[in-house]
Amino acid sequence: MTPAALLVALALLSVGAFWIGKSRSLAIVGGTRGVRNLHSLPSHYGFMTALWCALPALAVILVWLVFQDAIILRLVTDHLPAGVRDLPANELSLVLNDVRNLVAGNVGRDAVSEAARGAADEYVRLRGISRMSLTVLTLVMVVCTALFVRSRITPELRARNRVEKVVEWMLIGCSTIAVFTTIGIVASVAFEAFRFFSMVSPIEFLFGTNWSPQTAIRADQVGSSGSFGAVPLFAGTLLISLIAMVIAVPIGLFSAIYLAEYANPRFRTYAKPLIEVLAGVPTVVYGFFAALTIGPALRGWGESFGISVASESALAAGLVMGIMIIPFVSSLADDMISAVPQSLRDGAYALGATRSETIKQVVIRAALPGIVGGVLLAVSRAIGETMIVVMAAGLAANLTANPFEAVTTVTVQIVTLLVGDQEFDSPKTLAAFALGLVLFLVTLALNVLALHIVRKYREQYE
Amino acid sequence: MNSTSKPLKTAKETQAIVAATLSRRYWAERRFRAYGLAAVIAGLAFLVYLFFTIFSNGMGAFRQTQVRLPIYYDAALIDPAGTRKPDDLNAADYAAVIRNSFKLKFPEVEGRAATRELSRLVSGSASFDLQRAVVENPALIGTTVDTWLLASDAVDLLEKGHIERTLAEAERPLTDQQLVWLDKLDAENAVALKFNTVFLTHGDSREPEKAGIWGAVVGSFYTLLLTLLLSFPIGVATAVYLEEFARRNRWTDLIEVNINNLAAVPSIVFGLLGLAVYIGFFGLPRSAPLVGALVLTLLTLPTIIIASRAALKSVPPSIREAALGMGASKIQTVAHHVLPLAMPGMLTGTIIGMARALGESAPLLMIGMVAFIVDIPKGITDASTVLPVQVFLWSDSPERGFMEKTSGAIIVLLAFLVVMNTTAVILRKRFERRW
Repeated sequence: MTPAALLVALALLSVGAFWIGKSRSLAIVGGTRGVRNLHSLPSHYGFMTALWCALPALAVILVWLVFQDAIILRLVTDHLPAGVRDLPANELSLVLNDVRNLVAGNVGRDAVSEAARGAADEYVRLRGISRMSLTVLTLVMVVCTALFVRSRITPELRARNRVEKVVEWMLIGCSTIAVFTTIGIVASVAFEAFRFFSMVSPIEFLFGTNWSPQTAIRADQVGSSGSFGAVPLFAGTLLISLIAMVIAVPIGLFSAIYLAEYANPRFRTYAKPLIEVLAGVPTVVYGFFAALTIGPALRGWGESFGISVASESALAAGLVMGIMIIPFVSSLADDMISAVPQSLRDGAYALGATRSETIKQVVIRAALPGIVGGVLLAVSRAIGETMIVVMAAGLAANLTANPFEAVTTVTVQIVTLLVGDQEFDSPKTLAAFALGLVLFLVTLALNVLALHIVRKYREQYE
Repeated sequence: MNSTSKPLKTAKETQAIVAATLSRRYWAERRFRAYGLAAVIAGLAFLVYLFFTIFSNGMGAFRQTQVRLPIYYDAALIDPAGTRKPDDLNAADYAAVIRNSFKLKFPEVEGRAATRELSRLVSGSASFDLQRAVVENPALIGTTVDTWLLASDAVDLLEKGHIERTLAEAERPLTDQQLVWLDKLDAENAVALKFNTVFLTHGDSREPEKAGIWGAVVGSFYTLLLTLLLSFPIGVATAVYLEEFARRNRWTDLIEVNINNLAAVPSIVFGLLGLAVYIGFFGLPRSAPLVGALVLTLLTLPTIIIASRAALKSVPPSIREAALGMGASKIQTVAHHVLPLAMPGMLTGTIIGMARALGESAPLLMIGMVAFIVDIPKGITDASTVLPVQVFLWSDSPERGFMEKTSGAIIVLLAFLVVMNTTAVILRKRFERRW
């Protein structure tokens, strides 16, 4: 059976095991009338039988599948004709790749060599044996455990407690996935980044001002030593984020103030969700909008004022990114403003302050830490934003503060370096992971800081 | 307050000071209010402008120019041997059939070059449509049938008004002679804009008139389905554990901090994780919905967990106490009473997370779901692409015809998002309980 069919069969068998356990527990106490003599509900005995059958079998299947491919390939390699078997490692892996492709049906039989064809047949034969034995092993295991558990069911068996213990461990297992994700990110990105830093010094990477990641394919190629000074990328990222914040913070903050303090409830119920629609639009749509509408429009305006604006200017990308971030700023600021206690406002009104004076001098000041936290979150969002800049910002590393010129960003470079063919040991590819590490650390620091500030602030008025 | 050193102002003096500044303060008040309103209006204006641009560019993608031509299915060209076997019928030169039919329609056209120029009015792929028609129904051979053929993208652009006839001949993709022929066909009502089924039912193509989004839609469907199957159970289980079972200690604090931070990690970093771990370490296939779903699961988990925890928190403790008081165990209380009550909130959060996953493209670029793929994917390990990545791919194409397709694909993507978000809102309105 294929692994998928085996899993379906296992599921069906577990259902069967459930019924075996349940009916056994009922039979042992003489039908539904005797249920009160059981320690747990009959269904608990059923669940226990099913779990005891399914979990070990599942573990065996997983382990088997993880190692199956490697072991079969090893056997297939031994089976290859001597001339092919003694090829250097990289040529041998090409042959094995052919074998795999042939088995998967990606290529026709005529497209590969005689040796690969023989090996593929051998592969299919061995895989058949392996699947057969796995199926038999699983089925025998399931039936044996079901019979064993059935024989152990007594009225005193604490089935509920056992089932609940397993469920609780499953819940715990699920909740650790978040931790493993973080570990996975740090480990994978940092590992590749360290390999990069063993080829390029971190000092050059962090403080160099020349970024041209092309490395030589042939040793005698001209002008392709590759230089990895990432300062122009950091500067470009900051420039675009700055433009975005210049758009997003005033508009977001003022609309939050208006919606929270001035707008009548009807206007608010329509305007607030509508503004939040801006946050739900996929970023690729903003990228298209920036590249095809805003970019050319800005260049046209620039020409009419006599300024030369690049068609992939930092301004176009920053502007559109700012629009995207407006709802983040406005909904966070709205939360913070609404959390300011009414008594503070009443106090200001009682002293004769107008509404705007109250807002400016009392509400905003009270909400300031929260608003700053929200803005920091928005900055981290802007730094990590990818699609808008990939589609609307430039590719050439350009160290400038002029918003009308094209600049490139960290995320653009990660995408450019990693999309397409890659070899995992060239500094060009690994540089993307080093950039990813910087991006992760910077956004992490901003998030931790922002969440800390926001949490502190929330506690203040709770 | 150093007022002790100065004599106190009388009420009248104070009133005078206030009155003098009052109009200025009221002006400031109005100005401030106007700034707020202007900000809201600016936000809404951006939204309207964005949607207006996309829709005015993209509605054309749903219509397509077709040309009616009496096609003469010449037996000498299609099946000279008269075997009527599918293999022979498939091998015939249907482009020649189209050229011949054009010649019959315009007998005045002579010479190879002119005939080619004439037959370039219809798409290069029109011959495949004829091929399919003949293989399905060999009785066509020898007859003449009025057939609507797919126009070439240049004709399509002209009909939709994206190319000006007034341009110099060298600056437009259609020659003067082609315009004359086209006008002649037009006079016979043989050129028409029809609903574009190709766009909705085909995979990607290098030719704009043959490119469709169905491949990307199917890829998105597989990816999202798998994401849902993985992230919903894990997310709900995590939320239940953290809300209902976990004692507050360092370990659960660590988990919580992790979840909050993961929610704000840039999506492209998840793509790096997918590339290094799933593809590099576990050797899963590139470009497959399986890997896409694994990455998107990690991306959506924080959203689902946070929403599910909020839903669990909103179930009042009295429900739990009542169940526990009746002798239910902790797990029974949660499974039979708390979870059903929290389910609408959890589902809302899940749908919103799925909507976010549907629009996500940056991490999928990292794991190679950005290839040019013509075939419709048939399973979770086939190479495929997804809707937003299709938008990205088309937006990069130099052909003018793809700009319309890009906006059209965006409209389809937005339509899916609107449906998902509306479902979430309705679910919330319908089942939200206030205790």
